[in-house]
Amino acid sequence: MTRALDLLTIVGVSAGCFFFVAGTVGLLRFPDALTRMHALTKADNLGLGLIVLGLLPQAAGLGHALKLVSIWLLAQVSAAVASQLIAGAVLRQRSAIWP
Amino acid sequence: MALGFDIGLAFLVVVLAAWTIQVHDTFSAVLAFVVFGLLVALIWVRLASVDVALTEAAIGSGVTGALLLSAAALLRPTQSAVAPPGAAWCTAAGVVCAIITAGLGAIALLLPDPAPTLAPLAAASLPQSGLGNPVTGVLFVYRALDTLLEKVVLVLALVGVWSLAVDRLWGGIPALWPATCPDSTLTFLAQLLPPVGLMLGIYLCWTGADHPGGAFQGGALLTAMWLLVMLAGVRAAPATGLLSLRLLLIAGPTLFLVIGLSGFALAGAFLAYPPGYSKPLIIVAEAALTLSIGVTLGLLAAGPAQRAKEP
Repeated sequence: MTRALDLLTIVGVSAGCFFFVAGTVGLLRFPDALTRMHALTKADNLGLGLIVLGLLPQAAGLGHALKLVSIWLLAQVSAAVASQLIAGAVLRQRSAIWP
Repeated sequence: MALGFDIGLAFLVVVLAAWTIQVHDTFSAVLAFVVFGLLVALIWVRLASVDVALTEAAIGSGVTGALLLSAAALLRPTQSAVAPPGAAWCTAAGVVCAIITAGLGAIALLLPDPAPTLAPLAAASLPQSGLGNPVTGVLFVYRALDTLLEKVVLVLALVGVWSLAVDRLWGGIPALWPATCPDSTLTFLAQLLPPVGLMLGIYLCWTGADHPGGAFQGGALLTAMWLLVMLAGVRAAPATGLLSLRLLLIAGPTLFLVIGLSGFALAGAFLAYPPGYSKPLIIVAEAALTLSIGVTLGLLAAGPAQRAKEP
């Protein structure tokens, strides 16, 4: 049973790391702010989500598990709002250059 | 594995520090400084100093970052007009920094093994205070005077910032950044997050007696929530002349001072606690200090008064 849980952790955290790497590559390679942000939000949401999912079987109890999930939720909220704000700033800048 | 992680972390911190120094744009330098602070906090976690890590993340990176960002925004219009420092200045600064680094490195490397420490003594006497967290023990029992003075310095710093206001605007409303940014998403965040952040701030203060946490970390969270609410325009910044605001500012240091002075009568020395009452007294002082620190740091970031008080 513990081996199955450990396997779940390895798969989850590895998949999460994959999305972080993919997001970083996107951040470096994509041409403009909006597409770069698209790559970044994938890393934030999916990558962190998978890592938290992978860590859940290792949690010491319900309290720890809830803490892990709330870390993910808080990161979700802040990433969503931050990307909205950056996108808004980008659009305002664009309309200032090309009215 | 762990060693590889530590080496990578240390390498990243040094590279980031070098980049922070050499980058010309103030805004980028401040952002790099904030990331630098977060990485240093990670290093403190690796050194098992969670209290220091929390403080570094909350104060060193968070609140200082907010202060520097507002300063960078204010400097932006004049930045291109200022000539960068000449080679002589840069060399002089580099030499002074190198001497300080070499000195610190020498001290760290030349320490006798085992290093002289009062830690066992401090840990042995800690149970008398009723506290479980040795860091809080040092801050509020062994070195309480330092802690008290540090809180007073914070209020003095705020007086310094307020003095930058024009005379006729004294007691007026801070402008809070060059501009607040009204945005429906930010408003949503400013309504959603504060209950969570306030609870976390109170928790950090409360748990500080026995676990990592304390007044400064809790207060910094209160500050963050307050700044978020003010920046989103959900609540306006208060007039700096408001009596209730000023009472909040001095509530923590004053209460701590009163507890300290009552130590003369009850325990025979300044800042001594009567036996058996030290933990409740420390928690009361910490609660008041958390509130005062939160308000003080928030007002520091909000800046001097730039609008007249509404009649």
